[in-house]
Amino acid sequence: MSAGAHAILPGRGGLFGTLSDVLWRNPRLTLFLMLTPPLLWLGIIYLGSLFALLAQSFFSIDEFSGLIRYEWTFKTYAELLRPSNLDIILRTVSMAAAVTLASAVIAFPIAYYAARYARGKWKALFYLGAMLPLWSSYLVKVYAWKLILAKEGILTWIFAKLHLTPVLEAWLALPVIGGNSLSVSYTGTFIVFVYVWLPYMILPTQAALERVPESMLEASSDLGGSPAQTFRHVLLPLALPGIIAGSIFTFSLTLGDYIIPQIIGSSRLFIGQAVYAHQGTAGNIPLAAAFTVVPIVIMGFYLWMAKRQGAFNAL
Amino acid sequence: MRSDRNSRAPLALKIAAALGLLFLHLPILLIFVYAFTTEDRSFQWPPPGYTLKWFAVTWNRPDVWEALGLSVRVAAISTVVALVLGTLCAAAVSRTKFFGRETISLLVILPIALPGIITGIALRSAFNLADIPFSFWTIILGHATFCVVVVYNNAVARFRRTSGSLIEASMDLGADGFQTFRHVVLPNIGTALLAGGMLAFALSFDEVIVTTFTAGQQATLPIWMLEELVRPRQRPVTNVVAMVVVLVTFLPILAAYYLTRDGDQIAGSGK
Amino acid sequence: MQTAVAFSRVSRHFGAVRAVDEVDLAIAEGEFFAMLGPSGSGKTTCLRLIAGFEQPTSGHIEIFGETAEGVPPYRRNVNTVFQDYALFPHLSVADNVAYGPMIRGVPKAERLKAAEEALALVRLPGYGDRRPGQLSGGQRQRVALARALINKPKVLLLDEPLGALDLKLREQMQEELKALQRKLGITFVFVTHDQGEALSMADRVAVFNHGKIMQIGAPEEIYRAPRSRFVADFVGSSNVLPPDVTERLDGRRAWASLRPEAIRLVSEGGVEAMVTGHSYLGAATKLGVFLGEQRLTVLLPAGSPVPAQGQMVSIQWNPADLHVMEDEQ
Repeated sequence: MSAGAHAILPGRGGLFGTLSDVLWRNPRLTLFLMLTPPLLWLGIIYLGSLFALLAQSFFSIDEFSGLIRYEWTFKTYAELLRPSNLDIILRTVSMAAAVTLASAVIAFPIAYYAARYARGKWKALFYLGAMLPLWSSYLVKVYAWKLILAKEGILTWIFAKLHLTPVLEAWLALPVIGGNSLSVSYTGTFIVFVYVWLPYMILPTQAALERVPESMLEASSDLGGSPAQTFRHVLLPLALPGIIAGSIFTFSLTLGDYIIPQIIGSSRLFIGQAVYAHQGTAGNIPLAAAFTVVPIVIMGFYLWMAKRQGAFNAL
Repeated sequence: MRSDRNSRAPLALKIAAALGLLFLHLPILLIFVYAFTTEDRSFQWPPPGYTLKWFAVTWNRPDVWEALGLSVRVAAISTVVALVLGTLCAAAVSRTKFFGRETISLLVILPIALPGIITGIALRSAFNLADIPFSFWTIILGHATFCVVVVYNNAVARFRRTSGSLIEASMDLGADGFQTFRHVVLPNIGTALLAGGMLAFALSFDEVIVTTFTAGQQATLPIWMLEELVRPRQRPVTNVVAMVVVLVTFLPILAAYYLTRDGDQIAGSGK
Repeated sequence: MQTAVAFSRVSRHFGAVRAVDEVDLAIAEGEFFAMLGPSGSGKTTCLRLIAGFEQPTSGHIEIFGETAEGVPPYRRNVNTVFQDYALFPHLSVADNVAYGPMIRGVPKAERLKAAEEALALVRLPGYGDRRPGQLSGGQRQRVALARALINKPKVLLLDEPLGALDLKLREQMQEELKALQRKLGITFVFVTHDQGEALSMADRVAVFNHGKIMQIGAPEEIYRAPRSRFVADFVGSSNVLPPDVTERLDGRRAWASLRPEAIRLVSEGGVEAMVTGHSYLGAATKLGVFLGEQRLTVLLPAGSPVPAQGQMVSIQWNPADLHVMEDEQ
């Protein structure tokens, strides 16, 4: 008998054998060793920086020397509530809301078609159709729109070919949303935001729609619901958690972005640009930190609402 | 013919879905056209002519090569760090029930859930406070932080599908912890890690917001592009670079998709 | 004969749950031992304690005279056939079977030859190149068996191995397992919730409930002489008689069990009972009767006349078959 001689075998020895025995006997030690590197990285480097930043929002800047005064104060928050700063916040939140709404409307038919009608190859195609733009380069996407929206670009050309140039001009003449050309107007900013964040809306909406059983829609029409009523009373409520999950992305990403409005848009600031300006050239880190608290608070509130709607199950 | 009726979509829906997809894809395709234009002062449409000369010009630009090289190095190292940290986290969370599991999931997701500018400025002011000079490594520090989540998500999903008794079976058959990891765990989560790694690479390769805060004088490719967008120097070169970036990022994403899809099939057949 | 597995006062608690509670147990070498009980009774935890996946909260476990606490599963010469078979999906059938030898560093040609022999032993020759996903449930079960047996374990543990198979395959596998165990002489410890399986295959059966062993014994002993109401109930559908009924029939005042097939219909000299209905089982007919207030089940052999509902019949049994139980529970 070779292997069958003993019921309990000796360890295989060596460093790994001994270490393996020790780790097996101490599952808590194993867990500790596994968690230490990621927790050190995320807990110390990331959370540490985040709290350091938030702490700085309670400092203030000395108006004469321009240096940071390390004393606890709410002065910076008072500054945040100045009309010009409130304007920035309001502008950003309105844009985020508009972008979210438009994304939901455009995403729904794509998600619905992919979830309900696309099969086999088409399904994969739809999935990749949302995945590829989601992952492809953010800057390239913004750049593409700079090309499209330029005064001499393809959009102006299309309007001219269709003899609709007056419509475009009338639109650009509108106050607030208009401007010199599309690439320096809110309309342009809005289009690019919708374009860049749209895939984030499609995927969760599709996931939610996939989970609606076919029989439920049949039951609704069986009970006399017209297609519109079925949509309104059955499909939409069931897809809502997915739409809300998607809106978390579109809303949060719009709130924090500072590159899109810088490249395509008017000179009026969004929160992200304000943060960037205050921490950079102005050197006013406390105010920049206070500005970052705004999206954190808004998103905290948003997430709390979303959680109540059960949107996290759709993520 | 119930199935027939169900498989036919209303025309309006078809049109809306098709328009939506066109909206998503046409702008990217447009970049490809612009890479060949002869016009070098404006974004004129339609292009007055087509040429290949900008590819040669771009090829001979050392700043583009430098930026590309830096981006690849940053993405590669960030991906390795993210793979190690993400896998450890996923293994700990899915194999053991311990107090604070939910907190760890939240902690991993936070860097990508909060707007990038917050992560960026937080890291920047922390580096300033700690007197750490900006360098190649500060970029890595930022990138690895938000890349962990993609590896983690892929690994957790695969761990969830892998039967826990496989590990017990391996130990039962005489393999210790390290042997079990090498012969059973790694082959089973390998494709998920590869997919997570590719997505992490794409994410890092493309990142601009956090990078603007954590980079010193170095320019990664996205930083280079951002410079060109804000202060254009030679537009056609930017067009060519943009097209190359699209092609370079598509490959790992497609590969990741096929890897995780195959993984599903393997896991499915094991049941 | 040597003791293969010995438990002395072994407990395994999960928080407040006493999955295994002060269990004493001795399994002899070469024995086919069954652990029988409802789900959550602690039988699977006992198996995992032997395999080394769980550690006892208190008590002492010995495997072939050697202390097992603190010894990891990979250092125990004990192998398991898992309930879900746990075949490695990324390996071929041959590589699955050769996994143990591979870990021990056996050269490739040698271990693949051993794997082919092990597959032949479980009657799956030539299946080595397939993937586990391409096999049927019964075939996977045989692969799992071969993968364990190739290591020549001192004890083979089987966790509900037939649970996922359909009835016909199950009966076939029961016979094969039994034959295999006799041929190899390895100690088999077998966990099941199916009393028929336990009784037909095992040399000895331990009946578990609430983390404790209610009774250990040969199948006939467990079946004919259950020590407690739980065992009588769980092992076959026995008639359990409360003390007052036993006293009236037998004179002793205690709980008793009376097997349905021990009761027969007689023309005279028995006890009067009223027929409440019957159901046809194929090989026998199950008859329900009322003996006063007490409901009894009677098993009639096939072909005997079945009395109509409401009819009074006379029933009788061998006094030795009325088994008085020591244990109240």
